[in-house]
Amino acid sequence: MNSIMNSPVAKFALYATILALGILLPMWFPNYTGQMTVMWMMVVFALTWDILGGQMGYNSLGNIFFFGAGMYATGMVQVGMFYDLAEYNSAAGGGIFNFTFSQYFTGMAAGFVVAAIVCVILAVILGRLVFGLRGPYFAIGTLAIATVVGELVSTWELVGGGQGMSMPNYPGDLGEAKFVFYSMMFVLAICTFAFLRWLYGSRFGLAINAIRDDEEKAEGMGIHTLRYKTVAWSIAAFFLGIAGAIYGNFNNFFEPIDVAFPTTTFGIFMVLMVLLGGKGTLWGPVIGAILFHVIKEVTWTYLLNLQWVALGLLIVVTVVYFQEGIMGWIMRKKPTWFGIRVEGEKQRLGDMR
Amino acid sequence: MWDNLQIMFSIPVLTLGMIIDGLLIGGIFALIAYGLALVWGVMNVKNLAQGDFVILGAYVTWWLYGYGINPIFGIPVAFAALWGLGWIIYKLVICRVIEHDLFTSLLATFGIAIVMQQTMKIVFGADEQTIALNLESFGFFDNLLTIQPTRLIAFISAIVLAVAVISFMKRSRMGQAIRATAQNPRAARVMGIDTEKVYSFTFSLNAAICGAAGGLISMIWEFQPFIGLIYSIRAFVIVTAAGLGNLAAVIAAGLGMGVVEQTGAFVFGTEYQQAIVVGLLVVVLLVKLVLSSRRRQVVE
Repeated sequence: MNSIMNSPVAKFALYATILALGILLPMWFPNYTGQMTVMWMMVVFALTWDILGGQMGYNSLGNIFFFGAGMYATGMVQVGMFYDLAEYNSAAGGGIFNFTFSQYFTGMAAGFVVAAIVCVILAVILGRLVFGLRGPYFAIGTLAIATVVGELVSTWELVGGGQGMSMPNYPGDLGEAKFVFYSMMFVLAICTFAFLRWLYGSRFGLAINAIRDDEEKAEGMGIHTLRYKTVAWSIAAFFLGIAGAIYGNFNNFFEPIDVAFPTTTFGIFMVLMVLLGGKGTLWGPVIGAILFHVIKEVTWTYLLNLQWVALGLLIVVTVVYFQEGIMGWIMRKKPTWFGIRVEGEKQRLGDMR
Repeated sequence: MWDNLQIMFSIPVLTLGMIIDGLLIGGIFALIAYGLALVWGVMNVKNLAQGDFVILGAYVTWWLYGYGINPIFGIPVAFAALWGLGWIIYKLVICRVIEHDLFTSLLATFGIAIVMQQTMKIVFGADEQTIALNLESFGFFDNLLTIQPTRLIAFISAIVLAVAVISFMKRSRMGQAIRATAQNPRAARVMGIDTEKVYSFTFSLNAAICGAAGGLISMIWEFQPFIGLIYSIRAFVIVTAAGLGNLAAVIAAGLGMGVVEQTGAFVFGTEYQQAIVVGLLVVVLLVKLVLSSRRRQVVE
């Protein structure tokens, strides 16, 4: 029996539709390009959180740390390559410092590379520290790291302290800039998805699933768990760092607490989106992120002062009543779609009755 | 930073004052942490809304003070009000997350914390509030060492409350049931203990303790709706350092936390106070990690 999800034609049609929509939507609705950029960023957030949270069973609350680290790394490189960083930040970057077209883009390319490398290095170092922690201690420990780094960066005068840092202005038309950043974020989301799709199908995916199911046994079977955990975290850090680098440029400004290390907004959205979509699946985070972002953007202005109350309630309701998520729910209702054979299961249940 | 350290060493009386201050505040921290350890130990729920219960208690006391009711009478009201809220939250949310994994309870209580923060902001406003009782402070050594009477009152009240709760846990039938459930819920059920009732009672008691602690905090510190998380983190630091079910260690860790925070805030500057609290958490977790890895090697 061939399932719907597994037939190659359907798959090809699905991917083609998504690619086409990704390219066409900003052309159809140019006024919403900014929101759609953030939507693809949310997809990256959810996908990278799921590497650890869903596939490996390590629920991190501090993954947002790499987002901020990437942002600051690229900011320092992009400005530091051409001007004095301290001087730039004390003048708040406003208007005095101009970047030519070539300066801007060479700086940005270098900034992205550095951001990715820095985040991977940080992930390896931090992984040594935190991967001995299990369960809730891991969640609290990572949350603490992200929070404390945010607090410390806000007292670091070289990068603008609590005032934050303005990024170089885009040399050219601002309408064009929107599409440039949109396409960067879209390509990043597609790359993340394609890479994780390959990764989960490989031996690496099996190994981190084994760690999730029973870490002691996985270690007993000869899986070098710490190495796998560190690599998995580095992958998440790599994509998050680049996402941070793009977002820093897209937003043109960032400061430590609310933009770069927002543990209580983006940091918790990641977790919520994955839970909403269904954790431990490839498509769950994507569906959860898009659904969450669209609902949030549409309802946000109508909720008056109650947006955050509604968000908190959504977290509680999702966690308490809808743990399996959308993908989990579909998989339970329609297992044949995913090529899971259920006849034997029914027979056994029938025998038990 | 070094100047401040020098001041601390050259004027020991000042240091003594800071340590006393830290101990007085640490008593309240220990109380909050005890509530967390209770819920954690009995029902295995990590309550991230702990600090928000505290701040709500502070707001209740402050609100009553606005009507001319002395905080000493306001605190029991906060205790009762938070008891009710704790019971409602247990029935709506917590009773459904007990059987799930630990991260679920963490995330669910985080959601509750967000809802509480935002509701408090809407109801009471985002400004910093405090109850200023304007009592004259006690001065020693030419006023180099001052002790604020509100802190002393708060510390003594915290002790009274702690003694009451602990003797309740030791003596009463319900206290025994709670301790039995903490040891082994299945065996407790077999022995005829209504564990569901024990759970709801424990969670309500924890919320009530937090409410009373918040009433005490409203007299000594400024508070605003979003400061709750830092109290939750303090409680986590203390419980993580002390371990569950070790009452003396919880009290010692609470007092130590108060002292470290006060002296740290003096040495590094008050703007680092939050960073110190969170940094302490990282340090405590790392120490725990090193200890546990050493234990693992011994087993091997």
